[in-house]
Amino acid sequence: MATQAATQATLRDRWRDYERAARGFAGTTALWVLIGGLFLWAAVDERQLFVIGIIVGSILALGALGLTLIYGVLKFGNFAHGDTMMLGAYLAFFFLTGLVKETRRDTNIGINVSDLPGAGDRIGDLSFGYGFLLALVLAAVVVAAFSVALDRLVYRPLRRRKSGIVIFAAASIGIAFCIRSVLLMIWGPEPRTYVSGIVPKNDYPLDISLKTNEVFTFLVALGLTALVYFLLFRTKLGKAMRAYADNPDLSLVSGINTDRIVTWTWVIGGALMAIAGVLLGLQANLKPELGFQLLLPLFAAAILGGLGKPQGAFIGALVVGVSQETAVAFGPVLSDILEVLTLGLWSPDVHISAGYKPGVAFIILILILLVRPRGLFGGIT
Amino acid sequence: MRFERVATPAALFLVAFFVTLLPFERSGGDVGATISFLTVFLTTVAIYAVFVLALNVQWGYTGVFNFGVAAFFMVGAYTAAIFTKPPSDTEFVQYVGGFGNFFSPEFLDGGEWLRFLVGTTAAGLASGFLAFLLSIPTLRLREDYLAIATIGIAEVLRRVAIEERGLVNGTNGLVGIPRPLGGWFDPGDYKYVLLGIAVAVMVLVFVAVERGIRSPWGRVLRGLKEDEVLVAASGKNVFAFKMQGFVLGAFIMGIGGAIFGYQLGSVAPDVFDHFFGTFLFWAMLIIGGSGNNWGALAGTFFVWGIWTISLQLNGYDMPGAIQSRIFFIRDFLSGAMLVLALLLRPQGLIPEERRVSLWLDRRMRREKPPPPPSPAAVEAEAGN
Amino acid sequence: MSSDGRGPVARTPALQARDVVAGYGEVNILHGVSINVQEREMVAVIGPNGAGKSTLLKAVFGLLPLRGGSVFLKGVEATGEQPDKMVRRGLGYVPQIDNVFSSLTIQENLEMGAFVRRNGVHERLDEVYALFPVLASRKGDNAGKLSGGQRQMLALARALMLDPVVLLLDEPSAGLSPKMVGAIFERIAAINEAGTAILLVEQNAREALSVCQRAYVLAMGTNRLEGEARGLLDNAEVGRLYLGA
Repeated sequence: MATQAATQATLRDRWRDYERAARGFAGTTALWVLIGGLFLWAAVDERQLFVIGIIVGSILALGALGLTLIYGVLKFGNFAHGDTMMLGAYLAFFFLTGLVKETRRDTNIGINVSDLPGAGDRIGDLSFGYGFLLALVLAAVVVAAFSVALDRLVYRPLRRRKSGIVIFAAASIGIAFCIRSVLLMIWGPEPRTYVSGIVPKNDYPLDISLKTNEVFTFLVALGLTALVYFLLFRTKLGKAMRAYADNPDLSLVSGINTDRIVTWTWVIGGALMAIAGVLLGLQANLKPELGFQLLLPLFAAAILGGLGKPQGAFIGALVVGVSQETAVAFGPVLSDILEVLTLGLWSPDVHISAGYKPGVAFIILILILLVRPRGLFGGIT
Repeated sequence: MRFERVATPAALFLVAFFVTLLPFERSGGDVGATISFLTVFLTTVAIYAVFVLALNVQWGYTGVFNFGVAAFFMVGAYTAAIFTKPPSDTEFVQYVGGFGNFFSPEFLDGGEWLRFLVGTTAAGLASGFLAFLLSIPTLRLREDYLAIATIGIAEVLRRVAIEERGLVNGTNGLVGIPRPLGGWFDPGDYKYVLLGIAVAVMVLVFVAVERGIRSPWGRVLRGLKEDEVLVAASGKNVFAFKMQGFVLGAFIMGIGGAIFGYQLGSVAPDVFDHFFGTFLFWAMLIIGGSGNNWGALAGTFFVWGIWTISLQLNGYDMPGAIQSRIFFIRDFLSGAMLVLALLLRPQGLIPEERRVSLWLDRRMRREKPPPPPSPAAVEAEAGN
Repeated sequence: MSSDGRGPVARTPALQARDVVAGYGEVNILHGVSINVQEREMVAVIGPNGAGKSTLLKAVFGLLPLRGGSVFLKGVEATGEQPDKMVRRGLGYVPQIDNVFSSLTIQENLEMGAFVRRNGVHERLDEVYALFPVLASRKGDNAGKLSGGQRQMLALARALMLDPVVLLLDEPSAGLSPKMVGAIFERIAAINEAGTAILLVEQNAREALSVCQRAYVLAMGTNRLEGEARGLLDNAEVGRLYLGA
């Protein structure tokens, strides 16, 4: 009798597990179907917007990659992420051009990377030469060092004190403002670019025209995502980072030097932030306030993909990018849907202007947090 | 210990001293001008204190990490403007509302007070309603998710205000917001009236919040910040209480926004950016000491005092390199001040009190403290 | 007794703790506890709740600061060493809870156990899998999917990757079903027979005393009794103290 009841209980438990798994599976499947549908519609109906969306997405992907790494390993939503990206971008600008802002106009510090022979010669169809790449590497090194120093000075003492995530969030916001003020102090609020002059577009099949810069950015985003994935899942350091993320105390007990893990996380994260910022600056004019504005789409992308999952950051960013750019075309679609839903009674003239793009990221964020907070690839909650 | 007790009063005193001294010196010893300046200063402090008190209700007591204060600030200010202004009389300025004339019946002399009462209340209700709507998707989120969600809301609302030109006149905003009780006084004396109004509102909010927090309802709210699981285990609907704290805080923020609009006289979307609309209040709360209302007041006074002092210093001759960057330097110092406060003095200027009731405090102070437990007694405890 | 007939070697103890004082905050839990473990020995520490058994392990391993007393590992002073140094010096520790990396696979868990190991990782993996065939059959599975008993086995296996001289176990049977308890203790005995000394803290005194050679009884942060495990099982005072016999 007792064993009968016991077997029934285990069967019930197992059924509940299946049910939960099925619901989770259904939820993710629904999400994937939605995304697939969006991409298909966009690729067919709004090809130019779709392509722009992919490009915006690849820029976001680089930022989201660093954010998801830091979030995944250090369990910490870094609100200074966007502004640190801008720091990297402006440092590269400085290394490339040597310009800082004097009281009214720019002054050249003197030495800069462009002075190297042939540094400005464009590589192929790209709008930059090896000088730009050198500046990028230098910027990445500086930002990596900066991130480690910041951790030592601010975040590690807070960690030792076992402060809550709110304290970390507030501290990172304070740091974000500090970074932005410094950028404004040194380079001023005017927009900056790396290279002046027209950048030609090339024609590709299916009526798509792209600048080679844009293809470059996409490939870099894809490549770095693969690299980070490889790091986390195939290298000893990466596994230790995941172990630390999973259970910091047990990592210590296993003999892992947790301080070094944290340092490496900031080094890699910092480098990623710099690269993201620089490639952003390649496509768009640099302004210090961009950093904070990027937070919303970056967080949306990282959370959508699943925190701590590099492949999630990449896909999530593409989704955010495409959604943002094609949102302006949603208007008539929304009108049509409303007309159908209300059986022809109501078809307002819905017009979504370009200023609402951050709104799209916001809606994605809220939807994901409500429906599936662990994101597409099941990251940490 | 000695330093502890002196530090906070000393800091506040120093700020008060310089806030008075600098304008006095810069105006060449003009007492009237200094008093005028201080009046405006204190008015702003009172208005901002309302926000910080509201934020304390949301975070210090209920534990809701609202990083989109700007949204509620904005809604409050705009609503009050809509309710107190007359309708637009040119085609270049478009906005909804314009109920100002409706609430200014002659027989009540309402043009001077009724519409402001209505407007301020409406502002609080609108803000509160916004919070109510937002509760459902956001309140169950973890704190840092809530932070980014609220940042997003503030940003989106700003965009709406800019994009929908017919709503609140887009980027140009609304100008010519009338002044409460303005018609009863000379324009020259008005600033003192406004100070009185602002301080009265602040005191009202302060008393209301203090009372509320000591009530049984307030104790549940405070419990939420400490340990939600425990509160849920005692049978309270955690979500409902959280929402109440959130909405109440937003209501107060709406009122603050209304008075802010009356003081400034005009509102536009870029007034409510993240720095002035949200970050500054958080800095004030954390530096002042979250979790207690006196801390909120102290923090507001301190931070805005430092802010004002730095602006005053700008008037002195300084090398051009610094002069042109003074605002950025000030922003940098604000960010740094917050980080330093979190690192060095997280409890704030006035640390949070841990008390359950005033009566118990008085009883305990009268009795002598019990002797420290003997080691045997401790072991006996531990062994059980 | 180990399988080759040799008993515990009575020389310099592998692990020795003398007059350890430790606690949390303002309160001391341990008021001068002394234990020692010989090489290849299996020693139990039993006692009522709150006696300080887990605290003793944490203090010895370096997770808690030592407020008094000293620790010696293989005769060399190791007082106040940090856990990551202790691990390198041959001390292993298995916490009571949260003792596996749930989001990593079994293989990855073991690799993390061997993190500071410079060579011989593959050989050691084979040896450890031989001790725990259950884990060997599921190398690629996520640790989070394991049952309670399997997880405990993984926790033990992780700590063994560095071939510790002494293994500290904090209540390995906690939360396990009676059948699993037997299986775990059987594995622990096998680990001991393979050459690792074990210091075992247990609530389940009967099981502990039946596999160990020697035992200490702790109560209220001090040594109360010590002796052969078999003798203590029959001892009336132990029964009175808390076995609830």
